[in-house]
Amino acid sequence: MLLNQFLLLSAVLFAIGVYGVLARRNGVLVLMSIELILNAVNINLVSFAAFREAVPGEVFALFVVAVAAAEVGVGLAMVLLLYRNRRNIDLTEIDLMRG
Amino acid sequence: MGGLFVLAASAAGSLPLGVTESGNWFLRNAWLIPLLPALSFVGILFFGKRLPRGGSELGIAALGIALLLSVCTGLAWMSHRDDYHGQETHLSVVAVDHDGRAADPGGHQVHGEPSVAVTNTVTWFQAGGVEFTAGTLVDGPAVMMLFMVTLVSLLIHVYSTDYVAGDRRYTHFFAFMSLFSASMLLLVVSENTLQLLVAWELVGVCSFVLIGHWWEERDNSDAALKAFLTNRVGDMGLIVGVTVLFFAVGAARPDTFGSFSIVETNALASSGMLPHTTLLIAACCLMAAVMSKSGQFFLHTWLPDAMAGPTPVSALIHAATMVVAGVFMIARLYGVFFEGLSIAGTSINLMALVGGFTTLVGACLAFVQRDIKKVLAYSTISQLGYMVMALGVGAWTAAMFHLFTHAFFKACLFLGSGSVSHAVHSFDMKSDMGGLRRVMPHTYRTFMIGSIALAGLPPLAGFWSKDEILAGTGGWGLLGGTGGNGAYTLMLVMGMVTAALTAAYMTRCVYLTFFGEYRGHGQPHESGPRITVPLWILAGLALVAGFANLPKGFQLVPESLQERFGHYVEPVAGYFPQVTHATPSWSLAMVSTLVVLAGIGVAAHYYFVRVARASKAAGQSLTELPNGPTTRLAVARLGHTLLANKYYLDHLYTGIVAGGTKGPVARFAYRTNQEVLDRAVDGVGRTAVAAGRVVYHQIDQKVVDGFINGSGQVSIDSGEKLRRIQSGKVQNYAAILFAAATVLAGLLIVFV
Repeated sequence: MLLNQFLLLSAVLFAIGVYGVLARRNGVLVLMSIELILNAVNINLVSFAAFREAVPGEVFALFVVAVAAAEVGVGLAMVLLLYRNRRNIDLTEIDLMRG
Repeated sequence: MGGLFVLAASAAGSLPLGVTESGNWFLRNAWLIPLLPALSFVGILFFGKRLPRGGSELGIAALGIALLLSVCTGLAWMSHRDDYHGQETHLSVVAVDHDGRAADPGGHQVHGEPSVAVTNTVTWFQAGGVEFTAGTLVDGPAVMMLFMVTLVSLLIHVYSTDYVAGDRRYTHFFAFMSLFSASMLLLVVSENTLQLLVAWELVGVCSFVLIGHWWEERDNSDAALKAFLTNRVGDMGLIVGVTVLFFAVGAARPDTFGSFSIVETNALASSGMLPHTTLLIAACCLMAAVMSKSGQFFLHTWLPDAMAGPTPVSALIHAATMVVAGVFMIARLYGVFFEGLSIAGTSINLMALVGGFTTLVGACLAFVQRDIKKVLAYSTISQLGYMVMALGVGAWTAAMFHLFTHAFFKACLFLGSGSVSHAVHSFDMKSDMGGLRRVMPHTYRTFMIGSIALAGLPPLAGFWSKDEILAGTGGWGLLGGTGGNGAYTLMLVMGMVTAALTAAYMTRCVYLTFFGEYRGHGQPHESGPRITVPLWILAGLALVAGFANLPKGFQLVPESLQERFGHYVEPVAGYFPQVTHATPSWSLAMVSTLVVLAGIGVAAHYYFVRVARASKAAGQSLTELPNGPTTRLAVARLGHTLLANKYYLDHLYTGIVAGGTKGPVARFAYRTNQEVLDRAVDGVGRTAVAAGRVVYHQIDQKVVDGFINGSGQVSIDSGEKLRRIQSGKVQNYAAILFAAATVLAGLLIVFV
């Protein structure tokens, strides 16, 4: 088993995630892209853990999964509220904090 | 008691102070007694106007509890005093080596000597390694004063609720009565002279405020100022005297810089460890304070003017309590005075002379007054002179006893005069009084009791205390003499003459007020119970207080009833000098009684017989004979003029002393002001203006403002540039974040 393949998968997933975060306008899709980034990190963690036969990496991955669940819960709630108030979840339209 | 001094003087062992820190709870916690009226002062000040009785109930309650505590303290003291010979521990300060000099800083040694007074001190503050304490010293005189002050003050508070009822500053009046009581109680329990000084000034301030209670009238505020300023003169003496003693103690004790402690000062003075000259200087300075506070000749002039205050104030402050502060101070620092003025073994000294002279001077002035309160004021001066004279001849217990009895009968007389003036709306005996015995029976009877007690007829209070003072002079040579500290024959004569004069002027006062026909207007009536009940209580005390100190060897009563007052009040501790007690004399008592009767007889013959007959002949109530001695005899007229002008002392002070100094001083001050101060001030001002102009144009406008404006401009510009970044769009932020992360990752790869 080669570590390279997992790292390549992870890198591809990360790149797709970054693209999604930067390019998509839909709030839900941005959140999903963030999930992609996080899972790319998870793959990294797990693969290095397996490679070095060290358990803490997998434990960290589990923590990341839990935190990601919480994060997406909050994020979806915010998107829902945005939709309720503005009938629209286009992130480029939301610039109330512009200086 | 003698043993303690022999111990110190024979230069072996330590110098015992005779004080302890243990003892009954009441004796250790006497500080609560002044605290109560102090709290009531604050309470009345903040809430008095909202209370249903305007704050008077707070003052009365505080003093009632204080009186209860004082009585408990007194009872505790009596049992403490009775078994003082037990093996209590006490404090001693100085160890004496065989040369008789202070050698070992003993400081709070546990010792097996008998100890009497109870102290309780806390550190007030520390400065330069010297610890200044505050606390209580509870012993005989303190306990006696606590009882006397709280009792008289409580009665006068009750009296005042009627007397000043409806006054516009009713609440204010009671607030300051409370403050006064607190200050006076603080004074009597003071453990050191610094604390005593503070309390001394506080009572002075209260006296000033209360004399000027009705300050809308110019006379009253003038009287208040006069009292305050005259007292300032003496207070300088107190400050100097206390400071001298502070350093004297420091010089005697190698381990300390100085000490204000009363017991230490007294013990060192009594044991001969302070130089005589220092003590003499300190005693003279302190005498100045006594002369102003206790109205001794020639600083007494403020006391009659102080009668401008409300009558309860006169009774409490200017008869019973504050004016005896000076006498009490002598009693407290008696070791200093006893050694400094060499009271033992001489026949004249400054204190005895001042007291004796004052007692005569005051009694003479009482004869020419129309104002009933002024008669009593001069009588107070005269009686205070009696006390100071007694202390001057070494009759310590007699002086304290006279202070005690005098407080009761003089308060009774003052309150009686207040009751009379309440009825006739005037203090003038000649134009507005007369014949009041029929309409004011209670006031009349209590006033009579007070007058007889003051005149000193047996068996009323004044007789016993006055007789002890006369015996204490030791000047009585008949049938073996009376012993005492020296042969003060001159003081005995002064005391005897004053006794006759006192009896005579009180007869005059009683006749003018209560006998003859009513000369005023309106319908006088007896005062209410809040006035008459305190009067009767004080009159009762004036009747019986004398039995507290029946003379030693008085054959008519068992020995257990003799000299009770002296036994409990006179300290038997190391801080009290070794005074010799005079023995009472039957012959002296009889002669003094005859002298008093003669005084009454002469005055009564003049007023009750001759003036009364002339009144009947003239068909109206007269106050003097139409063709009396002052109109017939040039000498009498001269004397009357001298007395009516108060020995021209006021003219001397205001006209010659003040007038003679204020002109040149003012001129000098004006010239200094114009030529030195103004020029200096002008020059400084001009320089400042020029410098200011330079600073404004060069520094303020250019440097400071430029810097401030520049920094502001920089902020604005940078903000203008940076605001572009904050687009509000979350994806822009994310892009920046990722770009930065990429850059950092690149750097990581390149450099690591």
